Amino acid sequence: MSDLVEITDLSVTFATDAGPVRAVDGVSLAVKPGEVLAVVGESGSGKTVTAKSILGLLPETASIRGAVVLRGRDGGETDIATVSAKGLRRARGRDAAMVFQEPSTALNPVYPVGWQIAEGLLAHGRMTKAEARAKVLDVMRRVGIPDPETRIDHYPHQFSGGQKQRIVIAQALVLDPGVIVADEPTTALDVTVQAEILDLLRRCRDEFGAAIVLITHNMGVVADLADRVAVMYQGKLVEEAPVRELFESPREPYTQQLLAAVPRIGEGLARAAERAARRPEGWESEAPVVSAEGLRIVYPGRFRQPDFVAVDGVSFDIRPGEVLGLVGESGSGKTTIGRAMAGLTKVSGGSFRVLGVEMNGAKERDIRPIRHRIGFVFQDPATSFNPLLTIAQCVAEPLVVHGRAESAADARARVDELLEAVQLPASYGDRYPHELSGGQRQRASLARALALDPELLIADEPTSALDVSVQARVLDLFDELHRELGFAALFISHDLAVVDMLADRIAVLHRGRMVEEGTGAEVLGAPSDPYTQRLLASLPVPDPVLQAQRRAEWEGLGA
Amino acid sequence: MPSTASSPRASRWARLPIVSQLRQSIGLQRGMLVAGLVLTVIFLVTALLAPVLAPYGYAELRDENGLFGATQAPSSAHLLGTTQGGYDVLSRLIWGSRTALLVILVAVAASIVVGVALGLIAGYFGGWLDRVLVVIADAIYAFPSLLLAIVLAIAINHGQSGMWPGILAAALSITVIYIPQYLRVTRAEVVRIKSEAFVESARVIGAGHVRIMTRHVLRNSLRTLPLILTLNASEAILTLAGLGFLGFGIEPSAAAEWGYDLNKAVGDVTSGIWWTALFPGLAIVLVVLGLTLVGESLNDLSDPRLRRRAAGAEPVEDLLAPASTTQEASA
Repeated sequence: MSDLVEITDLSVTFATDAGPVRAVDGVSLAVKPGEVLAVVGESGSGKTVTAKSILGLLPETASIRGAVVLRGRDGGETDIATVSAKGLRRARGRDAAMVFQEPSTALNPVYPVGWQIAEGLLAHGRMTKAEARAKVLDVMRRVGIPDPETRIDHYPHQFSGGQKQRIVIAQALVLDPGVIVADEPTTALDVTVQAEILDLLRRCRDEFGAAIVLITHNMGVVADLADRVAVMYQGKLVEEAPVRELFESPREPYTQQLLAAVPRIGEGLARAAERAARRPEGWESEAPVVSAEGLRIVYPGRFRQPDFVAVDGVSFDIRPGEVLGLVGESGSGKTTIGRAMAGLTKVSGGSFRVLGVEMNGAKERDIRPIRHRIGFVFQDPATSFNPLLTIAQCVAEPLVVHGRAESAADARARVDELLEAVQLPASYGDRYPHELSGGQRQRASLARALALDPELLIADEPTSALDVSVQARVLDLFDELHRELGFAALFISHDLAVVDMLADRIAVLHRGRMVEEGTGAEVLGAPSDPYTQRLLASLPVPDPVLQAQRRAEWEGLGA
Repeated sequence: MPSTASSPRASRWARLPIVSQLRQSIGLQRGMLVAGLVLTVIFLVTALLAPVLAPYGYAELRDENGLFGATQAPSSAHLLGTTQGGYDVLSRLIWGSRTALLVILVAVAASIVVGVALGLIAGYFGGWLDRVLVVIADAIYAFPSLLLAIVLAIAINHGQSGMWPGILAAALSITVIYIPQYLRVTRAEVVRIKSEAFVESARVIGAGHVRIMTRHVLRNSLRTLPLILTLNASEAILTLAGLGFLGFGIEPSAAAEWGYDLNKAVGDVTSGIWWTALFPGLAIVLVVLGLTLVGESLNDLSDPRLRRRAAGAEPVEDLLAPASTTQEASA
């Protein structure tokens, strides 16, 4: 059978005020029936643009050269690059469909989900509403929505994130297209939900016979699902190979670098042991920097809604120089704990002593004296800098506020020192935040957090907005700075592998409660709590052979 | 003019509000902006150079040849004719731009200072103060603005008076109407900026409220002001003209004012004397049109969804270049 999608020498150029920008440069790809082709690459590599061109979804500012031929199940051919708007509309949904990254924005909140799934059917075929409804019920059942007869009339907000993504997939499947383009289908989802959605996508291939073009930056997802992998870098196709071959023996240096940068569970044990060996005698008996005892944080409910308990009865200690990794899925309360530690969120109950100050009931006046001993690294480097100040002014801000320097210019020598410590050239101090890349900004953010030589550093998902290779460098930097400066740290992340690389001890949160705490070897090596076990089992590892085994185990767990 | 594009970053000159928008605009949007700017610049130049440009004073009734005479048709002595009161229309027109400009300046300056300060405080601190200020602002919104301006004009100068009291009365009554607008716009921006991560990071650093408000929140909240400012300036002219037309403006002997002239020209129109009403009316329309065009174009250009995007390429991670330093560091 011939290829479903044939991309030949595709180039896409975007017209911008700064001149034309070439996003995709001479890419040729083919998708065979019933296979999963993963397109991997970091941000700006052109993977999304390539995939969107299959459906003709590029904006007006894009100019396309080359050919994108889409073959339908009936054998009809459409060249997306030249076809008319009408022909394009006919091909969309029937020959190829799309699954978007963020299920909560891909669904229209004012229509019931059943209507939205049927929309494609009614737009393409002549069928009655009853026929369409029967077909929608069938596809909802097949994507694993329980009780579709009642759920069909529910609205998107009545579904959880994972279920919403199932509905988006149902929307794509309902016309039985030959190809499904899935643009980062699991990035917005938690790990345990991700495993279920990956399972569903695999069933799309096996049961519905659809080929899938999977766009992702997550090598674990690639290892789990893909048959063939295409690696893109700066608009060019770097390497294309079957999945096992790519992971076992990557040919290109860029692919090798990309694979080496992926954090793997188990790597952190050696580092943790090394750190433990360097600690002075009697370290364990020192007074903890942070000590939580039955910590409880409640967000008051709005009018006629109950209060939301974000953190409930959590106890932990962080001793000087120790890194505590806090892991949990969204809504587990991990960020709330970090914010409470910095005095950004009020503590509702229990005891929470940070650097000798009881945070329960503390006023801003009580917290201010310890502010200079706490550093904070925010999740999104794009928003944590004032866009109107230069990097040097931003980094100097803590020095100026605490009277170590008269003005930003006065603090420049120290700022240059700090920028050098985070491996940024001193000249970057004169740039504005938007002129730096994500990784550079996050390093500047680290420099700002360390400006006052804090005893305690709180890092709230510092690498979740970064590409894998950039993440690896920021994590290395963090580890190195920690070794030099010896601060205690709370490292918050949803990624077990990242926490494993840095943390001395790991605490696992689930719905506001701490389910497990211990050293990396204890928690990740021999988890005792069923939730931790499930979390660990659903994490896809970047190795197709091992991942196939783990998948079998995960299915055995009955999750 | 400082040289442009000498550094990789756009120079300070190119990043000034209107200049930067002019540079990034294209097509019809650029045409609108340029047309608006031309009209506005003509208005400003006329107002500033009124003593040079105007053939006579705004209150002159006679020259060396005696009285001008009432409702004289346009001629070489009076290019746009004379009014019923015997004033030269062209001179009244040119001097009137000066009055309009003064009213705009006073009204906009006063309402910006008060409105932005209140909006900043309301948005930043929130709570009961915020609620009280917003309720008062809503209450002022509920009044018909011209009626409010009339009441204030009467309260300030008891109906009629000279140039500065008249200008102040008009300007302050306009101020009261516009304070709620600036308050609401600033407050909305401040509430949005307040939850941004960089403001939280300033709090974590330990910066005080005043420092956060001025250095981090205020400067980031003022981006939309240039366009409200231009739109409000045009509304200020309409309010001033409306006040003058209804007879609550400035005495003709104190300053020239287009609305007053229009009012006096009402009777002329039916008797075939077109020049006394046409030119002041045209002046009001053109100035309002110019300011509105500038404001609307700025509005469109500042919204990336309405403008053709000007962003260049994303900064690319320097993956390959300094990789050696990282490897050394982690080794």
